[in-house]
Amino acid sequence: MLALLDGVSYAGLLFLVALGLTFIFGVVRILNVAHGSLYACGGYAAATLGLWMGQGGDSLAASLGALLGGALLVGIVLGTVLMLLLRQFQDRDPILQLLVTFGAFMIFEDLQRMIWGTQPYFVSDVVNQMGTSELLGVVYMNYQLLFVPGAAVAVYLLLQWFLRRTLMGRQIVAVTHDREVATAMGINAKRVAYLTFVVGAMLGSLGGALASPTTSLVPGIGADMIVLSFAVVASAGLGQISGALIVALMIGLARSFCVYLMPELEVVMPYVIMVLVLLMRPQGLFTVAQARRI
Amino acid sequence: MRYTIYGAVALSVVVLGLAAAFPWLKLPLILALCYGLAALGIVVLLRAGQISFGHAMYACIAGYVVAYLSQRFPHLDGFALIGLGTLASLVAGMLIGAFVVRYREIFFGMLNLALSMVLFTLLGKFYAYTGGTGGTDGLRVGRPTLLGVELARNGFETALLVLVLVCSLLVIWGVQRYFRSSAGEALMAMKSNEMRLEYLGISAKKLLWQGYVLSAGLCGLSGALFGLSQGLVTPEMGYWLRSGEFVFIAILGGSGHAVGAFVGALLYEFLKMYAAVLVSGAWQLLLGATLIVIIYFLPSGLTGLLRKRRAALGGEQ
Repeated sequence: MLALLDGVSYAGLLFLVALGLTFIFGVVRILNVAHGSLYACGGYAAATLGLWMGQGGDSLAASLGALLGGALLVGIVLGTVLMLLLRQFQDRDPILQLLVTFGAFMIFEDLQRMIWGTQPYFVSDVVNQMGTSELLGVVYMNYQLLFVPGAAVAVYLLLQWFLRRTLMGRQIVAVTHDREVATAMGINAKRVAYLTFVVGAMLGSLGGALASPTTSLVPGIGADMIVLSFAVVASAGLGQISGALIVALMIGLARSFCVYLMPELEVVMPYVIMVLVLLMRPQGLFTVAQARRI
Repeated sequence: MRYTIYGAVALSVVVLGLAAAFPWLKLPLILALCYGLAALGIVVLLRAGQISFGHAMYACIAGYVVAYLSQRFPHLDGFALIGLGTLASLVAGMLIGAFVVRYREIFFGMLNLALSMVLFTLLGKFYAYTGGTGGTDGLRVGRPTLLGVELARNGFETALLVLVLVCSLLVIWGVQRYFRSSAGEALMAMKSNEMRLEYLGISAKKLLWQGYVLSAGLCGLSGALFGLSQGLVTPEMGYWLRSGEFVFIAILGGSGHAVGAFVGALLYEFLKMYAAVLVSGAWQLLLGATLIVIIYFLPSGLTGLLRKRRAALGGEQ
């Protein structure tokens, strides 16, 4: 039971980060390796803001505000920086674009180490403020039980609504399908790309912010997270939003069951799932087959 | 061919000259050449338009095989250790390659990264056998005999330097032959259009697999030599940052010629030596920023300059 709840909570985080990654890929066709450092920076920023605000008064609203505010701020700033950088390399080889994000990732890793040091950060005010609840005889923290999965589902529904019902969202979908035709129809693809990048970056750092109260922040979490969320995105199929939700749940649950049954294999589990999925369906579970271009 | 000879002669003169003038540079030079070998492995893939963020795992595998063998069989010769270490990487490359060559670009790069992360975490977890993460407490590698000759520290380093240099020159020659062979040229064609390649009746998968095994072997050779010269292997040998360094050198050197990787590696090693003094905390930052600058101004690396010059001379050769 504990494993189940742990898994759902973990899956919520994983989904948020993977969603950002897959969303950006869908429109810009770039796998943003620096997404891992967005996650890390989001976490650090939220923790710092939480510490800073915690001195004034420790209400739940303030802590939550710190979490979300930190995430959004980091997302907007770093998302813009990355977008401007990548725009310089728009027409280059895709491999080189991938390398540019890799370079950016290295820069961010060091910057983050310079700003926040190598000591682990741990801010858990929010968790305590939300209290605990008992479920089938197991005491569980409300934060992990309700808030994180709730946030993930809310983001998912919001994004679906945005993509299907609003003009901007539909433009994004159009660009995802075919950039050339969309541009011919009068859509400003540049603006769409910018917006997507910022939204995707915000999702990544939101994941980090939500993770910060329950995990300690140490250098290197960015690298772990980018690989993990890539595992989710690749298993689901690049650009698949609903698929990412299902696979995140799958990997989250498998991982937390692993923690209880075979702790040695915990870290390897997500990759095993990814490898199995890719062996059977090389394009990912939920991808619609695409014609190869000659 | 002419460039291969020029490059090889220049490389040996620079390396041996520096080692003779400044004996303390011997170890850095060995390490630089090791990096060059591994980066050449990345260059092979780069020519096919693929990139791997996890090739340090092959260096790591070879390094650990060398360390294990030297502990289990202390009388094994250095050459045997290097050969067996490289062989282990080749076999690993064949197996992993059979799986990853089905993927391209992002999938290819990230799958390699994922596999190397798995290896790195496992090595860290089972620290009872591997020495764990932490830098100082890896697996020790004893100093083996070379062709039956037992050497003191200084002599061993000199012998190793010559050995690494000879290996590098042979590898440059061999890889350049491979690049010019029909398989190598077809590998290059994969980058521009894989579909057409298949229409010509060439299996792209098989082609990439060959390239992948070659690159794994090169990284393995580098790792085996690296382990011997350091006298210590740690899981950090397989960390993604190391793979990133290989990629960096490959991009710096460019994929135009096999010598490029070694020129890039020498430059990189000296940059690192000075940067470590000047900006100790911001090494990654400097690396990342330089990577972006190189891609912006010199997308085909140092050997790209060579090709430009050749084009300016009116395409002789």
